Amino acid sequence: MALLEVNKLSKAFGGVKAVQNVSFSIDAGIVYSVIGPNGAGKTTLFNLITGVYTPSEGEIRLDGKEIAGAGPHTLARLGVARTFQNLQVCMNMTALENVMVGAHLRLDRNLIKAALRFPALRRRDGELRDEAAALMHFVGLDKYVAARADAMPYGALKRLEIARALAAKPRLLFLDEPAAGLNPKETIEVDHLVRKVADSGVTVVLVEHDMKMVMNLSDRILVLDYGKKLTEGSAAEVRRNPDVIAAYLGAHA
Amino acid sequence: MMNFRSPYLGLWLLVAVLAVLPFALPNAFYMDLAIRMAINAVIVLGLNLLIGFAGQISLGHAGFLGIGAYSSAVLTTHFNWHPAFAMAAGAAACAVLAALVARPIFKLKGHYLAMATLGLGIILTIVITNEGAWTGGPDGMPVPPFALFGFELYGEKHWYWVVAAVLAISVWASLNLIDSPFGRALRALHGSEVASQVVGVDVVRYKVAIFVLSAVFASLMGSVTAHYVGFVTPGVAGFFHSIELVTMVVIGGMASVYGSVLGAVLLTALPQALATFEGWETVAFGTILVFTMIFMPKGLVPTLAAKLGRKD
Ligand SMILES: Nc1ncnc2c1ncn2[C@@H]1O[C@H](COP(=O)(O)OP(=O)(O)OP(=O)(O)O)[C@@H](O)[C@H]1O
Ligand SMILES: [Mg+2]
Repeated sequence: MALLEVNKLSKAFGGVKAVQNVSFSIDAGIVYSVIGPNGAGKTTLFNLITGVYTPSEGEIRLDGKEIAGAGPHTLARLGVARTFQNLQVCMNMTALENVMVGAHLRLDRNLIKAALRFPALRRRDGELRDEAAALMHFVGLDKYVAARADAMPYGALKRLEIARALAAKPRLLFLDEPAAGLNPKETIEVDHLVRKVADSGVTVVLVEHDMKMVMNLSDRILVLDYGKKLTEGSAAEVRRNPDVIAAYLGAHA
Repeated sequence: MMNFRSPYLGLWLLVAVLAVLPFALPNAFYMDLAIRMAINAVIVLGLNLLIGFAGQISLGHAGFLGIGAYSSAVLTTHFNWHPAFAMAAGAAACAVLAALVARPIFKLKGHYLAMATLGLGIILTIVITNEGAWTGGPDGMPVPPFALFGFELYGEKHWYWVVAAVLAISVWASLNLIDSPFGRALRALHGSEVASQVVGVDVVRYKVAIFVLSAVFASLMGSVTAHYVGFVTPGVAGFFHSIELVTMVVIGGMASVYGSVLGAVLLTALPQALATFEGWETVAFGTILVFTMIFMPKGLVPTLAAKLGRKD
């Protein structure tokens, strides 16, 4: 059984049909990419699967269990994590705290124990601090461990979101354009980073406009166009597909 | 080695000041002022957790103070309750009311809490004013002294130490809270609601929890004020008092624990300083609020901390 199954999923915003009747499934342990021109519905698809939007129609199954309509915090419990195309970093916190928030569900979140500074809670927080610093190291942000989030450059914030998502120890990680706005060197670093994450056993779903990166990393690719599924297949298959070349690659390459 | 950047350093300073203050103050008038500063500081700490840290605005917070104050007054006077139970009952009532109001509101997107709490505060003031048989109406009512284990709290000397201890503990607890999984979740939902949701924060629950907590802080301090002053009037729950509290948060600094204390201290002293301009306090508060928003939107403590090149 596939880890994630999406069946006839649709989402309309008023008259705009952002996602229409899209079906696909993702096996555990692979890198699965979603590509398509601007406005094709990639981010909307991510928002639907991660519970940020409620589908207009269709089913989403994680491990065979229906999750369509469940809220994002419920999905987080089931091992789903994500990053955002338009940065969603908490600028009122330090970089390290942003990563620590990622581990929210793995901690004792009791208010009273926190206010009274229970030793067990403090000890766990200390461990978490080290864990978060290690994650920042893992994504290549060593030099920002003591930084405030609002003092970090764009490229670093993109990676900070990845570190935060990883802090949740997810099974299924959605990355929405992790290389957007990065320079070529940073893009290659993110490419390697995604590889490392995938190799660590996390199933990765990637939206990215950088075709080299997509072709490099993906086991399978879903192509969306105007909210509809154009095709789906291995990197080689997608690259050869004449519809894809016409709709997407042709326009960009 | 001592960590000079530790946020707890300020707490020790506060404790030291609180410990020597009664010996430095010339008379009961200043003791009274210090007590009222400390009471306000505790309320503002709770309110800042809601406004500054969680990013939710309450414009009717004095309503919860009113519930606490009048629970203490009415239950002890008319029903012969022990003051401690009356105080607890007021706090419990505030907790239930806050949760009932907040839960449906936080399910909506947007800043509806401000509107709802504004209405709540006004309704409470009207109820207190109109239920004259129980509350003494606009004239207010006397409150019996607070006694615990046969020891009666009486006068500035007693109350000062109670209130000072409560303040120090509240500052300590607030510092603990904001640097904990709960506190980080709270700040995260303010920083990015959707990001906090996708890491598993149940934002409605957290917003309700902090609103309830701040309401309980207010209620307890309302009870303390009632017993300390020995008299309550409907003004305690009034709109102006709510605005005063929000102004203290804004001036001291949103999301700043020490800012809460400083804001409360400064604005509690202000009416004394303006005593000759009786009746103009409201205008002064409004003006200060506007100028702070324009020239120092982060408030005093965060702005000063930034100037001194360290985080608060
Ligand atoms: N919250 C929303 N309200 C209304 N319309 C929306 C909303 N979100 C997305 N849309 C619309 O849905 C369509 C798909 O948008 P989406 O952001 O999913 O595209 P995308 O494939 O991620 O594009 P890009 O590559 O530019 O990120 C667009 O026409 C967009 O305007
Ligand atoms: Mg997008």
